[in-house]
Amino acid sequence: MSAFVASDAATVREAVREGEPLVPVGGGTHSATVPGPDGPVRALDVSGLTGVVDYDPAELTITVRPGTPLAEIDALLAANGQHLPFDPPRLGEGATVGGAVAAGVTGPSGFAAGIRDFVVGVRFIDGTGRLAMSGGRVVKNAAGFDLPKLMVGSLGRLGVITELSLKVFPRPEATATVRFPTVGLPAGLAAVAALARAPIPVTALDLAPTGTVTARLSGVDGPKSADIERFSAHQHGGIGGRAERLAGLVEPGGAALEDEARHWDEGRRFAWVGEDARLVVVPLAPRQVVALDADLERHGARRRYGLAANVAWVAWPDAAPLADLSELLAGQAMSGVVLTGSSLVGRSPSDPALDGPLIGAATGGAFGRRIAGALDPAGVFAGGAR
Amino acid sequence: MLHALDGVGERVLTSGAELAAFGSDALTAFYERPLAVVVVESGEEVAEVVGLCHREGVPFVARGSGTSLSGGSLPVGGGIVIALNRMNRVLSVDPDARTAVVEPGVINLNVSAAAAPHGLAYAPDPSSQSVCTIGGNLAFNSGGAHCLKHGMTANHILGLRVVLPDGETVELGGDSTEHVGPDWTAIFTGCEGLFGIAVEATLRLVPVPESVRTTLTVFDSLERAGDAVAAIVGAGLIPVAMEIMDALAMEAAEASVKPGYPVGEALLIVELEGEEAVVEEELGAVEGLLRECGCGEMRTTADPDERALIWKGRKSAFSAVGWLAPDYIVQDGVVPRTRLGEALREIDRLSAERGIRVANVFHAGDGNLHPLILYDGREEGAVERAEELAADILALCVELGGSITGEHGVGVEKREYMRLMFSADDLALMEDLRAAVDPGRLANRGKMLTPPAEMGATSATGSAS
Repeated sequence: MSAFVASDAATVREAVREGEPLVPVGGGTHSATVPGPDGPVRALDVSGLTGVVDYDPAELTITVRPGTPLAEIDALLAANGQHLPFDPPRLGEGATVGGAVAAGVTGPSGFAAGIRDFVVGVRFIDGTGRLAMSGGRVVKNAAGFDLPKLMVGSLGRLGVITELSLKVFPRPEATATVRFPTVGLPAGLAAVAALARAPIPVTALDLAPTGTVTARLSGVDGPKSADIERFSAHQHGGIGGRAERLAGLVEPGGAALEDEARHWDEGRRFAWVGEDARLVVVPLAPRQVVALDADLERHGARRRYGLAANVAWVAWPDAAPLADLSELLAGQAMSGVVLTGSSLVGRSPSDPALDGPLIGAATGGAFGRRIAGALDPAGVFAGGAR
Repeated sequence: MLHALDGVGERVLTSGAELAAFGSDALTAFYERPLAVVVVESGEEVAEVVGLCHREGVPFVARGSGTSLSGGSLPVGGGIVIALNRMNRVLSVDPDARTAVVEPGVINLNVSAAAAPHGLAYAPDPSSQSVCTIGGNLAFNSGGAHCLKHGMTANHILGLRVVLPDGETVELGGDSTEHVGPDWTAIFTGCEGLFGIAVEATLRLVPVPESVRTTLTVFDSLERAGDAVAAIVGAGLIPVAMEIMDALAMEAAEASVKPGYPVGEALLIVELEGEEAVVEEELGAVEGLLRECGCGEMRTTADPDERALIWKGRKSAFSAVGWLAPDYIVQDGVVPRTRLGEALREIDRLSAERGIRVANVFHAGDGNLHPLILYDGREEGAVERAEELAADILALCVELGGSITGEHGVGVEKREYMRLMFSADDLALMEDLRAAVDPGRLANRGKMLTPPAEMGATSATGSAS
């Protein structure tokens, strides 16, 4: 079915009020969440809803339309010494901010700055065609239900976002990365636990199935304070010295990783997933890693564990049935979201394991069904996900 | 209804004397007499009592320590109060995952105490943290002085077990910092009890910082203190807290807890925490900026006792203004941080115009104002005049692009002001969400949203105590 192209909130409303199943699509880089051309669900193209509505760097917030490319926001923020600390994945050139929030995935360098903590305001059109606002442009707000956070990970199933307000942070002047030796998965997990509790805050903490740990920290190059005397009794706060200290916090110690910016740039593009596999994001707790890893190994799926073992990034091979992964996750009470590969929108409801990009255990239960039912009583967005 | 509660036996309170303590919370202008208070001991008991309320059509309100400043735990007249204080255990701490699983009646500060042996802490720190409970914190998405760096309560709740208003128990979220699908945990957090009762929560813990430095300084005007805050943020620094008190609030603090603050028109507290070398580096930058902004006497300390005294003065500010006037209204408005100066000037003008004293205490780093409106309830019309000023201040906050509440919640106190912020459609959508989860509108009826007339809930003004 041909896409409905939205030019503003009014045309979004028009499309929703037609009542046919649809899913909002931005840059289309989360290909598994985009309706296929021949499927029963229509794409609502919101890539034209672009532009920065409001940005005052001193506020540390930015308000944008959903189709605004992340690259454009990055450039604007960088010019003002700021950035999006949740490091949203960039799975393609056209990745948009609306897509980042709808997918709800924190990138590799977003440890301790999860995307859910940075969405403070939203305007959206719900399934009845109603334009609603929740939250605002201030960073602290307890008025009314927190719909901005609800939208994080919603995959367009609860409404079409027409405007977003995000918290932003100062951009660190310098970054450094330390790689620790390969020690096997259990010892790697122990190292991750130790580093996550360490006095040196890290922005990324990755673990490979081999047990190799890669940690990133950010800060300043060297002392900038005019009050240099102060540092005579202290190690100064420059990034080099801090990276050295981090490298020595666990045994065996690590070493600085060269060309670290490129390493993390590739990380947020998930280039390692390759063309013959789908990227599946699976939240978990560190204690669940070992059992899941053995299952994934058996199925020939490459994987990495990020954000201090709070998430598994899985490259599920196209050759293996996705239903197997869904079943495997459900068996361990885990859920996942499939971001890439062929469309998973509007598949046959007779194959419930594959009726959307969300796989594994269902989330929200009766509570989720009631909230979703209130926002989308006729199921206009139901094609997007369960 | 009461007969059906027999199973809970002696933990059902029904006598006038027993109920009296539950008729109000920290917003003492409101009082309602419940039918009964049920002191529950488990999630199953909560589900049982809520299920019973659902079948009988009796409204219920969950209550922890009753410290809500917005009347959030005010009973519904003739309804049931479900007291959660006995569900006060920290069930587990996972140091490797940096999480804790707790019951809702656990006191905020006790979570950090349980986490401390692992070098971890629970970050959200409402001023009432030594008595308030996690259940209330999460129901109202509480804040605290350290939100600037750590965010509000919602950022620290990873998973919940909740009893829905029909008695069904569901699990939301999990024990990861990440989630897939809509963030059900986040929308439940801050629902002010309208979506049900959380009976277990998985909390995110943070490492105890290696170094904490608290700097205290004074300025000759509030505006200059505000400029200093803007300069610090503008330099790319995110302190863990930045607090301002005006002269009246300082006077009140000195009169009550005697923190020994320096003398000035405005007091600024800046706290930095983290890695020692970085904190020292940032402290140098902060002190330099404060001097450039024309600060007076400045003290910086790492000493836990001195820090505790500085914070005691700040955190007791609300109760301390009791030394200045017999009664006061605490407000909780938010403005964009760049408009703080404008907001304070306007509050000052309104205060002078009405001849009503206003003490200002605020979380300057995130634009969260706590104007304390002082009055004497014994004077004819004084309450009404104070409430009028409070309403004008909230309208001002919304006009400047802010919010009617940053961390206390709407409760029964501010629901009339929701329409200042939200359109009829926005409010209708919230009511639809509420009705979908709780068609009988039994869960904490009368809070946040104005109930439909036929529900016969608490009147807008309540009954004075």
